[in-house]
Amino acid sequence: MTARIALKSDVLIVGAGIAGCATALQLARRGKLVTLIERDQAGIRASGVNFGGVRQNGRDLRELPIAMRARAMWDELPGLIGFDGEFRATGNLRLASDEERVAQLDRFFTAATEQGLGLVRLDRAELKARYPWLSDRPIRGVLCPSDGHANPRLVGPAFAFAAQEAGATLIEHTEILEGWYANGAFHLRAADNRTFAAPMLVNCAGAWAGKIAGWFDEPVTLAPEIPQVQVTEPLPYRIEPVLGVMGGDFYLRQTFRGNILFGSGQGRATPDALRSRPLPETMRRGAEIAIAFIPHLAHVPIIRAWTGVDGDTSDGVCVLGPSETHPGLFHAFGFNGHGFLLGPAVGAVIAELILGGKTSTDIAGLGIGRFRPARKASAAPARGQHPDEERDASPEQNGAQNADRGSIGMERNEQAAGAHQRAEHGQDR
Amino acid sequence: MAGSPARILIIGAGPAGLRAAEMLAEAGCSPILIDEAPRVGGQIYRQPPRVPGFTRTASELYGAAADRARDLFVTFDRIRQRIDYRPSSLVYDLIDNRAIVASEGKSEEIAFDAMILATGAMDRIIPAPGWTLPGVYTLGAAQIALKHQGCAIGKRIAFVGGGPLLLLAAHQYAKAGAVPAAIVLPSRFESLAAAGLRLLPMPRELSSGLLWLLDLKRRGVPVLFGHRLVKVKGAESVTGIIAERAGRQRVIACDAVALGYGLRSETQLADLAGIRFVFDAERRQWLPETDPLGRAAGRKDIYLAGDGAGILGADAAEARGRLAAHALMTDLGIAHERYRPKPDKTAVACAERLQAAMRAAFDPPADLVTAIPDETILCRCERILAGELRALAGLLGAREVNRAKSFSRIGMGRCQGRLCGHAAAEILAGKLGISLDSVGRLRGQPPIKPVIVSTVAERKA
Ligand SMILES: Cc1cc2nc3c(=O)[nH]c(=O)nc-3n(C[C@H](O)[C@H](O)[C@H](O)COP(=O)(O)OP(=O)(O)OC[C@H]3O[C@@H](n4cnc5c(N)ncnc54)[C@H](O)[C@@H]3O)c2cc1C
Ligand SMILES: Cc1cc2nc3c(=O)[nH]c(=O)nc-3n(C[C@H](O)[C@H](O)[C@H](O)COP(=O)(O)OP(=O)(O)OC[C@H]3O[C@@H](n4cnc5c(N)ncnc54)[C@H](O)[C@@H]3O)c2cc1C
Repeated sequence: MTARIALKSDVLIVGAGIAGCATALQLARRGKLVTLIERDQAGIRASGVNFGGVRQNGRDLRELPIAMRARAMWDELPGLIGFDGEFRATGNLRLASDEERVAQLDRFFTAATEQGLGLVRLDRAELKARYPWLSDRPIRGVLCPSDGHANPRLVGPAFAFAAQEAGATLIEHTEILEGWYANGAFHLRAADNRTFAAPMLVNCAGAWAGKIAGWFDEPVTLAPEIPQVQVTEPLPYRIEPVLGVMGGDFYLRQTFRGNILFGSGQGRATPDALRSRPLPETMRRGAEIAIAFIPHLAHVPIIRAWTGVDGDTSDGVCVLGPSETHPGLFHAFGFNGHGFLLGPAVGAVIAELILGGKTSTDIAGLGIGRFRPARKASAAPARGQHPDEERDASPEQNGAQNADRGSIGMERNEQAAGAHQRAEHGQDR
Repeated sequence: MAGSPARILIIGAGPAGLRAAEMLAEAGCSPILIDEAPRVGGQIYRQPPRVPGFTRTASELYGAAADRARDLFVTFDRIRQRIDYRPSSLVYDLIDNRAIVASEGKSEEIAFDAMILATGAMDRIIPAPGWTLPGVYTLGAAQIALKHQGCAIGKRIAFVGGGPLLLLAAHQYAKAGAVPAAIVLPSRFESLAAAGLRLLPMPRELSSGLLWLLDLKRRGVPVLFGHRLVKVKGAESVTGIIAERAGRQRVIACDAVALGYGLRSETQLADLAGIRFVFDAERRQWLPETDPLGRAAGRKDIYLAGDGAGILGADAAEARGRLAAHALMTDLGIAHERYRPKPDKTAVACAERLQAAMRAAFDPPADLVTAIPDETILCRCERILAGELRALAGLLGAREVNRAKSFSRIGMGRCQGRLCGHAAAEILAGKLGISLDSVGRLRGQPPIKPVIVSTVAERKA
């Protein structure tokens, strides 16, 4: 029964995270027959467990155009999904505490301002005056007042809900194991042996998407990105902006209920990336940094920690756009631990590409082609700023860390290629 | 040299953990014994703080169980120098072969080759309107106040719920001079009497239960069988309760309520350790799976003992502590000749029968939880109403407790659902008309109990 409906679809989407659900919604709204296939449940993976930061501030400049489009869409969520996602524009404040990071932050400030992003630069005294709870550590801040935070536990599922209301078919608990192109259609085979076919396919499989791209001759090696977040007991609401520390791999926000969430470093995942858990050393490091930047936090109880898994590309920027090998195939993955903000716009951009063959958003730097083996050496541009997962690691450490973390569901030779890419990237920094 | 260089960790210094420590110490091992409490004894033999001038005898504190308590403390004093005892130390995370421990405002990582988890139990709570008012305590907390601090939770206390502990605690309070306002049990007198018959072969247990009941009757305490708690009354704090039987309501004036419907195993650490869980249909709880000696399923180096591996009571906890230590030493090839497991296995089997009878006597009717009114606060940490959970049931796949938690925040507060999790699962299953096991179980997350940021940050040298 379901299989028959699925066969009639115009577009198949693998992965019901925020990217897949937003894509399904946009396409269904425009009359496309969409089948959205999800291994687990809609919005239960990265999209449902993330830190909730809605942030343009500090983005890699290649992602800034789609980030700004996405940000505008967060204001329109009530019209799009029938609820505001608990999004509030409380601002995002990026902090730097050494000269090198200050220079980096200033460069971002100049470049992003040129692209039209509204930012406010703050020196140490201004930081102190505005945010008396901050320690003396930060010497520069850049505030993006239009940024903020939302509730990830509800946003992804709300997109899935809205997509279904608009006519998309959501098939949960169905893992796709195999995909191929034949007779003018993309075919997918699920673990229970059902097959699905349609003339178009969108790969929104999150941390697991690299393998799917590989089925269509354009593999991308994704390293697991396993951010770890801690949450405290509720306190009186004081900390308005979402904080991010440049190069320190630290971010923090307070919910309106009063709980303080802070993240830093990585947890641990099984090799298939299906299960992950927090690490005590990561929690300790996060606690140290939290106290260093907000001394009063020393006395607050942590009540819980969690992790989730996203996919890291080797250059820190997502893959978004058409396939270079198969017309009708589109990719949206590799969000490097900051794809929550992008979600709504990912859906809009992919829908434009599918329906009209082009998009009004500049996604030039995001194509999958940059990972094609032949062009590998020259194509990867310098890694810009994407501070949520930036690590203070020397190239050697970086390589070791990545080798340790491995890659998700990749064959050994692909893994080797990935390690090679990352090594090159390490030299870039 | 006797013993073994293996690093053996015991978590929990209640009857189970202490007996395990004794076995290991006698065999020449020197286990590390960790407990969150400042003194040994666990829940049942909890000791008052060491304060000059504040002394109470074992019989004052533990009544009929005083001999067992004394014996346990003597044992502890004997092995004290041969083990590495760490009081006031909370194990808040467990990963691979590392226990993460908070004590004195610092964190420490303790590696182990083998571990015995003897983490005990806590109260099973069924929420009712008003249960979050100041003056309502869990039964366990009420008992701890008495045993540990030597103070009562109120002057006129209503004891509501079930389990032998309810009668025992009420009896202990009465003896200490705080005569209860009433005992309110949803179970009917007939089921208690039937269970009593099953206990005829266990005269000690039967007579102590009867003794507590008769003592309460003698002191004029109303014992209301077959009554449900309708609500706890009060504006600022408890002023009374309303109990109901067959549509007839009764108001009981009181200034405190001790609430508990039996016990539930504390299993968070077992969960973090990756031990396999199975659904125990009798106890209606997911429990870590073990073999009869306590070897954990899915972890070769971990053993479980005592009420943390399914409620069997204090005497069985001692037996299970020894059995687990025996299994551990056998597996590690540590010589320990004198011990014969047979009597302890018999004691455990006997406790199984006793517990089955207790469940028959005291288990609340299934609809007691599922019928909680919508306006009842279900999750007290996050103030989520039962009705909010019901509204979410079924919505976009909230057919599973973790999904329901994600949508509703139930179990996201400081207790991580240890208190409300089971009621939430029952309500979800009841609303969806599916079995309790099919809604799954809340996953444990570190830290299993709140730990302050500076304690996490600071490493013990
Ligand atoms: C702890 C954490 C904190 C984060 N914090 C932030 C933040 O503050 N701000 C921000 O912008 N971003 C943040 N992110 C990143 C953000 O959550 C992700 O980038 C974003 O959710 C990615 O969405 P997605 O739809 O691509 O992935 P997912 O939500 O992971 O969805 C992919 C889906 O594909 C399914 N799937 C995969 N393979 C198959 C298959 N073969 N068959 C069927 N289904 C399949 C998966 O089950 C999954 O549901 C964070 C991530 C984590 C883990
Ligand atoms: C509050 C309460 C009162 C009770 N009173 C009685 C009674 O009066 N009579 C009776 O027959 N039964 C009583 N019981 C039942 C009781 O569970 C058993 O009879 C008996 O105590 C079980 O022994 P145990 O060794 O398995 O666990 P416990 O005696 O519960 O001992 C477990 C120990 O582990 C420690 N612990 C648990 N988790 C951690 C951690 N993460 N880190 C460090 N330490 C940890 C606890 O502090 C505790 O001391 C009571 C139960 C409770 C919950």
